[in-house]
Amino acid sequence: MIKPTFSDRIMIGFIYFFLIFLAFVTFYPFWNSFVISLNEGKDTMLGGVTFWPREFTWENYEVVFQDKRLLNAFLVTILRTVVGTFLSVLVTALLAYGLSKKELIGRKFFMIFCLLTMFFSGGLIPTFVLVKGLGLMDSFWAMILPTLVLVWNMIIFRTFFQQLPNGLEESAKIDGAGNWQIFFRIIVPLSGPVIATLSLFTAVFHWNDWFFPSIYITSENLIPIQTLLRQVINSNTVTSQMGQLDAGALSHMMEAAKVTGKSLQMATMMVATIPIILVYPFIQKHFVKGVLIGSLKE
Amino acid sequence: MKAEPQALSGGVKKRKKGKFVQYFKQFDLQLMVIPGLLFILVFNYIPMYGVLMSFQDYNIFEGMMKSEWVGLKHFSMFFNDPRFVEIMRNTIVLSLFKILICFPAPILLALMLNEIKNMAFKRTVQTVTYLPHFLSWVIVAGFAMSMLSTDNGSLNMALEKLNIIDEPINFLSKPEYFWTIIVTTNLWKTIGFNSIVFMAAIAGVSPQLYEAASLDGASRFKQMFLVTIPSIMPIIVIFMILEIGNLLNAGFEDLLLLGDAAILRSVSDVIDTYVYRVGIGSARYSYATAIGLFKAVISLGLLTLANYLARRSGNSLW
Repeated sequence: MIKPTFSDRIMIGFIYFFLIFLAFVTFYPFWNSFVISLNEGKDTMLGGVTFWPREFTWENYEVVFQDKRLLNAFLVTILRTVVGTFLSVLVTALLAYGLSKKELIGRKFFMIFCLLTMFFSGGLIPTFVLVKGLGLMDSFWAMILPTLVLVWNMIIFRTFFQQLPNGLEESAKIDGAGNWQIFFRIIVPLSGPVIATLSLFTAVFHWNDWFFPSIYITSENLIPIQTLLRQVINSNTVTSQMGQLDAGALSHMMEAAKVTGKSLQMATMMVATIPIILVYPFIQKHFVKGVLIGSLKE
Repeated sequence: MKAEPQALSGGVKKRKKGKFVQYFKQFDLQLMVIPGLLFILVFNYIPMYGVLMSFQDYNIFEGMMKSEWVGLKHFSMFFNDPRFVEIMRNTIVLSLFKILICFPAPILLALMLNEIKNMAFKRTVQTVTYLPHFLSWVIVAGFAMSMLSTDNGSLNMALEKLNIIDEPINFLSKPEYFWTIIVTTNLWKTIGFNSIVFMAAIAGVSPQLYEAASLDGASRFKQMFLVTIPSIMPIIVIFMILEIGNLLNAGFEDLLLLGDAAILRSVSDVIDTYVYRVGIGSARYSYATAIGLFKAVISLGLLTLANYLARRSGNSLW
């Protein structure tokens, strides 16, 4: 190695500076919202709350956790994420495993059948009309079934399964194990990282999706948190949207003017975000691999 | 002469029967793919068939069987729509801005991260910049509104403190700022996560190339241009070509969430959002499906073109 030259040092210095700037710009909106959610609403209105809460309070969160509509939306989101992720990963992995077997009759046709959907899709309206026609409107399953099989994930699974060594399967077959037994007893335990990655991606999709419920769901008690949050952010009269809250408690707090529409909105946004933020850094190593398997296939 | 075709058909029959028996022999294997294929059939292929309603005056009570066929009426209606030019312009301009800015940015980030030898710092920057990928557009739009708000939004506060402006600017209700805001929020959301692929490509460059370059006296700065960038060029080209197939995907959730105000529609409506407004908002199913089909067909053409280009560069997509 030769010594770094003067221009190299300048370049490295600039890169450090730029990356610190980028990290700051990326993190600041999140941090600022977090700070506002921990600050008294009335105090926030005075301006100048940036890096640290000035009048610290938990009250925004207390109000959020007392709002029955918000709590219900949370339950819907959690249920949707768990059920949707489990079913999606299960059906997609089974499909991928079947399609990874050379002896599967119709394998080529099935693959083309799947791949075609990546190049042409009916689009939003025909899907909407279909969901309507199936009688799924305003049902929990409208948020689960249409996106249950994701061909892209299937390809990632299949690529992974094909790379697994054959030996274990062969010896299990000699011992008389069927395909399903082999799948659940041997393949699944060997596929921890890819299952974790694709589950994370699917779960993030379900947790974050606000659009499909906004067109499929009308009942208030089936609306997930992101969709509700969108309604709250979009309406100017935020506090009246925080509806179902125990009226007495809210008016008491509004009188004290400790919470405002904005502070409540920020607290709700944080509650909708923090679960994901707590999870993803731990799976980072895996999802980097998952992204790579996916892009190699391209 | 006569016996031959008979024997042939007999052979086919026998083979067919053989397949049939084989199919049931591996029925447990077939059972694994049946649910997945059924879901694809119902939720991907039936909507493809449903596209035919763009050639009808679809009536939800009559269904597709009984609705009247009207040929290309809805397509010509779209081409004569007073908003046609505006929507096509928004779609292409927004898409091009995203390609020009949001596509190269992750590559630059990966190149910069590659120069960092301090692993803890590198890891931290990576983790932080991956974060926005995992946030929903509702949250990102919420952050953007909060940052840009006239009511003590951080950007207005900062600009006022630096004496660049005297009065807070209502960025989100001025059409002239809209495209900048959309490109910036997209950049913010995607730069980190999209750099993963390029980081991996850089990691795959042979260390011998760097050694040879440094023996020849190339500085690190020069090595970046002479070794790293040429080595990852094939991957960059492939991803660039893929972007061509995406030309009409100018965004959807971001535009619906940040550009919903009536005053912004003239700069925020693209094909996808227009399909949504016309189809779901006004329940004009046939018209919206026609617009969607128009887009799908052009996208398919662009994708074919992209694959042709990729094949010529030595990498096929399919």
